[in-house]
Amino acid sequence: MSDVVIETRKLTKEFVRDEFHVIALKDADLEVRRGDFVALMGPSGSGKSTLLHLIAAMDRPSSGEIRVLGQDLRALNDRAIAHWRNVHIGFIFQSFNLIPVLNAIENVELPLKLTHLKAKERMEHAETALTLVGLGDRLHHYPRQLSGGQEQRVAIARALVTDPDLILADEPTGNLDAGSAQEVLTMLSRLNKEFGKTVVMVTHDPHAASFAARVLHLEKGLLLPEGQSAEWSASQPAAS
Amino acid sequence: MAIPLTYNFRNLVVRKTTTVMTALGIALTVAVLLSVLALLSGLRTAFASTGDPRQVLILRKGATAELNSGITRDVFQDIKFKPGIARDSSGQPMASLEMVTVINLPSVDSPQGMNLTLRGLLPLGVQMRGLKILEGRWFETGQREVVVGKSIARRYPGARLHHQLRFGKGVWEVVGVMDGGESAVNSEIFGDLGQVSSDFNRQDGLSSVLVRAADSSVVPALINSLNDDQKLNVTAQTERSYYDAQTSSGAPLQFLGVFVSVIMAVGSSFAAMNTMYAAVARRSMEIGTLRVLGFSRGSILLSFLAESLLLSVLGGLLGCVLVLPLNNVSTGIGNFVTFSEIAFNFRVTPQIMLYGILFAMFMGAAGGLFPARMAARKEILTALREI
Repeated sequence: MSDVVIETRKLTKEFVRDEFHVIALKDADLEVRRGDFVALMGPSGSGKSTLLHLIAAMDRPSSGEIRVLGQDLRALNDRAIAHWRNVHIGFIFQSFNLIPVLNAIENVELPLKLTHLKAKERMEHAETALTLVGLGDRLHHYPRQLSGGQEQRVAIARALVTDPDLILADEPTGNLDAGSAQEVLTMLSRLNKEFGKTVVMVTHDPHAASFAARVLHLEKGLLLPEGQSAEWSASQPAAS
Repeated sequence: MAIPLTYNFRNLVVRKTTTVMTALGIALTVAVLLSVLALLSGLRTAFASTGDPRQVLILRKGATAELNSGITRDVFQDIKFKPGIARDSSGQPMASLEMVTVINLPSVDSPQGMNLTLRGLLPLGVQMRGLKILEGRWFETGQREVVVGKSIARRYPGARLHHQLRFGKGVWEVVGVMDGGESAVNSEIFGDLGQVSSDFNRQDGLSSVLVRAADSSVVPALINSLNDDQKLNVTAQTERSYYDAQTSSGAPLQFLGVFVSVIMAVGSSFAAMNTMYAAVARRSMEIGTLRVLGFSRGSILLSFLAESLLLSVLGGLLGCVLVLPLNNVSTGIGNFVTFSEIAFNFRVTPQIMLYGILFAMFMGAAGGLFPARMAARKEILTALREI
């Protein structure tokens, strides 16, 4: 497999909201290599989450090209995309998005239900993932019995358990206190450095972004050249 | 692999009030249907248990019931020597001349009185039915004595052992209670043929003849021989088929019960649908998350449909529990063939309960399909953004 994990060319996402034509992302060119830790930064509405959703195939682009792990995502149907996402992507949400009626180990086991692993193997994998994030003693705790930081660690374990090629995190520290945020960021950093996972993280927190090896800025739907930030765009024309 | 059922089950537990209310709605519908089915099952059992397959019942040609049939003693003499009729230990043909009429007695449910079948017959007729005496003794020939079926003894206070009944030309003593198993005989009163026919001035206007074929293989030939005999002018059929046909007495009840159940089922399906739409709306973010984890639209659809089915199965089981106390409860309905009451027990059988659960599942599937489809059709980002 090529060293390039994510490759987009003139990636654009437009939609109509309340009769207004909105360009959420315009002509984004991005290349992420295996083992990268990329932070996507920008203010609200800048298009950073849109870009992350397109990379995760949770949304379809209006135009442009997107290849993730060598796969042209536009060529896959709904069912194939669901399978591809299960195999290749680990997704971490800002609000953790754990299933409240399932306990920690059942939440982590959930993506493994779509694999060919036997029940015992699934539980072993889930337990290993939870131990890795430091929750080996909270296997049977329900989300309501965990702190925010612990919930996010369960979510990280769930994202890791299928051993995905790419971890995508959407504001993973947005709902956490400073201490928990630090733990989560350290964990993502470990996953990148020790386990070689490619991580793309959306954040608007400069401290969170400091854990990434590359920081990319988005402004009004435009992905700014690497090393450039909002100040650069002040003199440029808006995308919409 | 699909989304685990644990997920659906625990969601039902979490919203237990809604779950119980919806399940109760389904349970009531199931209970109505099961009550009717249990009643029909009891009625069917009563008629199906009546009659020996070797025995042939003979009525006047054109008569549909013993009550409107007329057989003379001369015809009886011609019938009993037909070939193919079994003989008893004394060598006599096993043929019983009988007279059937109705009398009116006040019952527990109906103090103003209900019609009951009174059957005058010979001791041979009792023997051919293989009846057992539960209390007292059999009637004696030439006496105003009757033996009542056990359902009658239970439902008619005036017809219990040693009580006296007033009909015909005098007072009759109840000298025994008979056990006809689960058959319709339990709803009849037996007396001596001579005495009964005399009291009703029908010495030569009797009702029917019951004969036993020598062997079950000769039953069709015996029936054909009787039906084809122009001189006799009778209609013969097996005793069992005669009673089977009377199951139609339950048809109006069956129609009414099923009709009410179907109307209620529509309401219950809407209740299930409402519950499931609320569940889909409340769990929108979970649906989005499951999709992100790799579960397909089909898995989501199946999961919510399964949840609706689980809910309906719970309702079905509750419905079964609600009707269980009805099992073996004695009741009676008017028999449109004999114009008299037939008493029987409600029968809540495992098969009937299975029908109830399947009916509940049908309601669950009907109510759950559209919400499940809505859940499956949600776009991931829309689902994740909904609260």
